[in-house]
Amino acid sequence: MKILLTLRDNDIAPRFDLTSEVLIVDSDHGNVVGNPRNILLPGPSGDELCSLIIKEEISLVVCGGIEEAHFQYLGWKKITVVDRVIGLAADALRLVLAGRLKTGAVLRGSQVDDML
Amino acid sequence: MKQSVGSALKGLDMLDLLNGVPHGIVLLDNEGRIVSANRIFEAITGHPSVDVFGVGCDFVLRSNPDIKRTIFENVFDDGAMLSLEGDIINVNRKKAVMRFSVSPLNSQAGKKIGYMVALEDITALRELDRQRHGVDEVKGMLGHSPKMQEILEFMPILARTDATLLITGETGTGKDLLAEAVHMVSKRSKYPFVKVNCGALPETLLESELFGHVRGAYTGAHADKPGMFRLAQGGTLFLTEIGDLPLSLQVKLLTVIDDREFYPLGSSKKIRVDVRLITGTNRDLRQMVKDGTFREDLYYRLNVLRAHLPALRERGEDVLLLIDHFVKLFSGNLGKSIKGLTTAATEELLRYQYPGNVRELRNIIEYAVNVCPGERIGSSHLPTSIHANIITALPVRKPASAPQIVQQGEDDDNAHGGRFADEIDISQATGWSDIEKSKILGALLKVGGNRSRAAKELGWGRSTLWRKIKRYGLE
Repeated sequence: MKILLTLRDNDIAPRFDLTSEVLIVDSDHGNVVGNPRNILLPGPSGDELCSLIIKEEISLVVCGGIEEAHFQYLGWKKITVVDRVIGLAADALRLVLAGRLKTGAVLRGSQVDDML
Repeated sequence: MKQSVGSALKGLDMLDLLNGVPHGIVLLDNEGRIVSANRIFEAITGHPSVDVFGVGCDFVLRSNPDIKRTIFENVFDDGAMLSLEGDIINVNRKKAVMRFSVSPLNSQAGKKIGYMVALEDITALRELDRQRHGVDEVKGMLGHSPKMQEILEFMPILARTDATLLITGETGTGKDLLAEAVHMVSKRSKYPFVKVNCGALPETLLESELFGHVRGAYTGAHADKPGMFRLAQGGTLFLTEIGDLPLSLQVKLLTVIDDREFYPLGSSKKIRVDVRLITGTNRDLRQMVKDGTFREDLYYRLNVLRAHLPALRERGEDVLLLIDHFVKLFSGNLGKSIKGLTTAATEELLRYQYPGNVRELRNIIEYAVNVCPGERIGSSHLPTSIHANIITALPVRKPASAPQIVQQGEDDDNAHGGRFADEIDISQATGWSDIEKSKILGALLKVGGNRSRAAKELGWGRSTLWRKIKRYGLE
């Protein structure tokens, strides 16, 4: 499964449509496979990001706020979106690999271990 | 015993207070992290404040622009309140247009302890504004002539910025109306629109009026007065008759524009302001600069944006539009059923030059509606000064294509009292709309349906014709 996380520095970016950097991770049965890739986008655009997600054959997206139109579009393309996530991207990745990341999750370092 | 405000508020539950405010409120620490929020904020973002305590507000608010960066770039150093518009993505994944008001919070000892951000959902307001901009009437300003269309189409640009705006035009052309319209369409519309006539007061009183004074600043100053700059805080200050501003006050105004701060009369404490300045004049400021009665540096600071309102005599068919509007307005106010004007009265009004412009036309129609006993305003119902001042040598000013509402099969114009071909009848139609529709259809017929040529024929911009065709369902 390929996972895309929207980034702002080390955190999940607050907004899907204003994201300028993403992290793409290949996973297999809850483990990272190969080298994660950071991609800098040419400019913030929800539509362009959706195109990238399709092109990269992403199965799951972790992001902050996302507009209904993009959310529905990705859903139509059979892509799972876990949105309104707040916290470090590394914490979000750990939880999503464990299948425990929920929409609206607020990740605070000490609590992440409890969530796993 | 008189209770001070402070002691009355002692023991008040702050969260109760915040929950009583009908907008989203969030309190932040000096690093922009969430300390507390009211119920409306929690409902907008979908995060209970207890869950996001200590989290950077930008991650929770999800705003554009980034509020946290805005705080640290603008409010942190200035200490002044900031109001701006942007959008957020709310818990329902909807993009909502918001007005953010960011204020610094200080302790009683004057130490900065954090910030308060208030959120107001103005999505519906902006949608209304967006729809309204497709209509030619913006905040009471009517005009179909090319010169007025330019002004109306320029309005959103004028409103979008905080740059100083100078509005010029003869007396009675609507400078006040335009200034207020720009304010109402701007992001400052929620805050005051304050108008000061610089020609109405003597110099010392004007300084106090604009900048305020402290008690004892001069004989008769028995109490502190905030002044119009402070009363307009966050909003717009419109200085009309700016050409009448004395030179000494021109210097002070220049300082306020440059530094956004000033000293009230008699005070040693500087006051910061966040106000958008619009000025208006019917005088030639450039000539006044040459004559030495207006500062050149101030002229350039006021003239960043410029809007010139045309005289009514330059607006062609707008005279008929305005006649129609004012007849309906005043006959409605007086409970009269005035249906229109006679041909003679219309021709007189079209010949008249209107030195007082729209204000004068309004007064003429108000007079005529008051004195007209019947359903139709005739020449005898117009002020006598009109008859004396009509330039008979001038041809009657007709619109690009004169309205012709002609009933089919009628051979004799007088069969129905010559109503349709001779008179502007606002009752037979629903008013200007029907006249306009027939103008458009007439022009399209004449040019074989070519819209660009029809627009030219009507003296309108293409986009104006497109909008009207859509509005009247004439596609």
